[in-house]
Amino acid sequence: MILVQAPVFNVQLLLDGLFIGATFALAAYGLALVWGVMNVKNLAQGDFVIMGGYIAWWLGTQGIHPLWGLPVAIVVMFAFGWGIYVTIIRRVIDKDLFTSLLATFGLAIVIAQLLNLMFGPEVQTAESDFAIRQILGVVTVAEIKVLAFVLCGLLALAVVIFMKKSRMGQAIRATAQDARAARVMGIDTDKVYAFTFSLNAAICGAAGAMISMIWVIQPFYGISYSIRSFVIVTAAGFGNLPGVIMAGLGLGMMENYSGFVLGAEFQQATVVGLLLLVLVWRQIQQRKLRQVVS
Amino acid sequence: MNKNFSFKLHFPILVFGIAAPFLFPGLQLQFATLWVMVLFALTWDIMGGQMGYNSLGNIFFFGVGMYTSVLFQVGQFAEIGAYTAAHGGDSFTFTNAEYYQGLVIGIIMSGVVAAITAALLGWTVFGLRGPYFAIGTLGMAIAAGELMGTWEWVGAGSGISVPVFPGSAYARSLLFYFLCFGAAVLTFVAVQWIYKTRFGLAVNAIRDDEEKAEAMGIHTLRYKTVAWSISAFFVGISGALFGNITGIIEPLEVAFPTVTFGIFMVAMTLLGGKGTLWGPVLGAILFHTLKEVTWTYFLGWQWVALGVLIIVNVVFFQQGIMGWLMEKFPEKFGIVVENKEATR
Repeated sequence: MILVQAPVFNVQLLLDGLFIGATFALAAYGLALVWGVMNVKNLAQGDFVIMGGYIAWWLGTQGIHPLWGLPVAIVVMFAFGWGIYVTIIRRVIDKDLFTSLLATFGLAIVIAQLLNLMFGPEVQTAESDFAIRQILGVVTVAEIKVLAFVLCGLLALAVVIFMKKSRMGQAIRATAQDARAARVMGIDTDKVYAFTFSLNAAICGAAGAMISMIWVIQPFYGISYSIRSFVIVTAAGFGNLPGVIMAGLGLGMMENYSGFVLGAEFQQATVVGLLLLVLVWRQIQQRKLRQVVS
Repeated sequence: MNKNFSFKLHFPILVFGIAAPFLFPGLQLQFATLWVMVLFALTWDIMGGQMGYNSLGNIFFFGVGMYTSVLFQVGQFAEIGAYTAAHGGDSFTFTNAEYYQGLVIGIIMSGVVAAITAALLGWTVFGLRGPYFAIGTLGMAIAAGELMGTWEWVGAGSGISVPVFPGSAYARSLLFYFLCFGAAVLTFVAVQWIYKTRFGLAVNAIRDDEEKAEAMGIHTLRYKTVAWSISAFFVGISGALFGNITGIIEPLEVAFPTVTFGIFMVAMTLLGGKGTLWGPVLGAILFHTLKEVTWTYFLGWQWVALGVLIIVNVVFFQQGIMGWLMEKFPEKFGIVVENKEATR
């Protein structure tokens, strides 16, 4: 085993997992937000991510540095999210849970196919032209990955501060606690929902722009990002930002390890397997809470 | 549902089902697929419509049935590892008797194994409610496809080929047409019968309020598991038939087509109206016919159209065709509108 012979190689795997895990955590935080505030399970989450990635990649092909894609993706995806809210999400928000799930699944199909028609099914990556450094002898670290990691952290911090300090952030938190009471207090919950959903889309777009630079994007990769987000949120619970971050980073590392040890074709299966494990584990926990009357 | 209305539909569909392969000999396999679609929608509705458990991964049993069938068809007469290593039919030939014996046993076993798998999985999956159930089952189907793609013994990603039919191509498509039609009719009769029994009532009770149903003494987990097994049994059989129609079983596109058939079954049921007996049938016929007629003219936009159809269906037309008809003409369905007195 190379992992035992060259222990330093573990560092490589862990670091790569950490860098990619940060973007997972970002997308998952968006999902937790929408889930917690609006009780909408957004299965198009991953496709928002991929859309953001294509925005950055497309700017890269136009001769603009893909890092500029980050703010562009945030703005474009915010507007896109608002549009989706007005056309679709507003109508499913108070229907039963499966409706929102299926509607966003239909949305996921539409986005993935439109991206496929526009950009083709090839795997793409945005060239950022940053140097790749060597540390500890064999471990390579691309500067762009470090930069993306830092940017992810800053973004998460910005969102947290926004939620804590701004009027809109307070309104969002109030609505999450009790939508009816918030409405009575004069909060325009429809606007809050629209803003939350758009904010989620913008966060996803930012994560996607990062992923397009540090990893690869493809129109149909969306569903695996959606599943990752669900894994993370179900494991951490919503409203638990540190948990989301830890679960995201952990998932990134775990995926990297299993992809290396078992082979790349198991990487997706690992994510899904983890989802099932988390669901079963939570169920066992719940069963403990259940009182047995015999 | 009104008996009269039901008979008006039963008879023409039966006649059409028997006459179709002779009227349109070139389209036999398309029609066979149509009946598989009807079966899909009916079995999905047992769970999604009648029990309120919206599974996105019922297609899992399609793949289970497909692989089980081919393993029994081949495994009785040849070593499977050697069979897949030689890429199937070229170096292995089956006699007529062997083929038909294999086919019969394969079809039966595919249903049985799928039902047993469902029963085993039920113990873990049914603790999940609502969206968790949908996502959990979706994950299950995706994972199954990925894992099958890595398993060398059953041909891994390049798949496994089904024994070659010994007769002419016409006889082959005719045989599988009637098998598919028979499976769909069998499913319909079984489902119709189930909905009339206590079991159907219990399942509906679970949909309406699971906690109350449990409090009334219904062993919900048992009912849910049995309902899922019934659903899986028929989907498994359809998998066996479909695998034999395609001839080669490939894990991602043919055996576990989560984003095609797996979603079609949901879309069709919703289109027709979930929670009704005829809704899935009508939805499947309408959806499949529309798809076959228009699919080729969309030039790559067909998936976008499908997604839009799902969104529009879910957001604006949730009750489906049957639900809409029931709302519009409740008297025809034997529903007594009770608040007539009150409105007067």
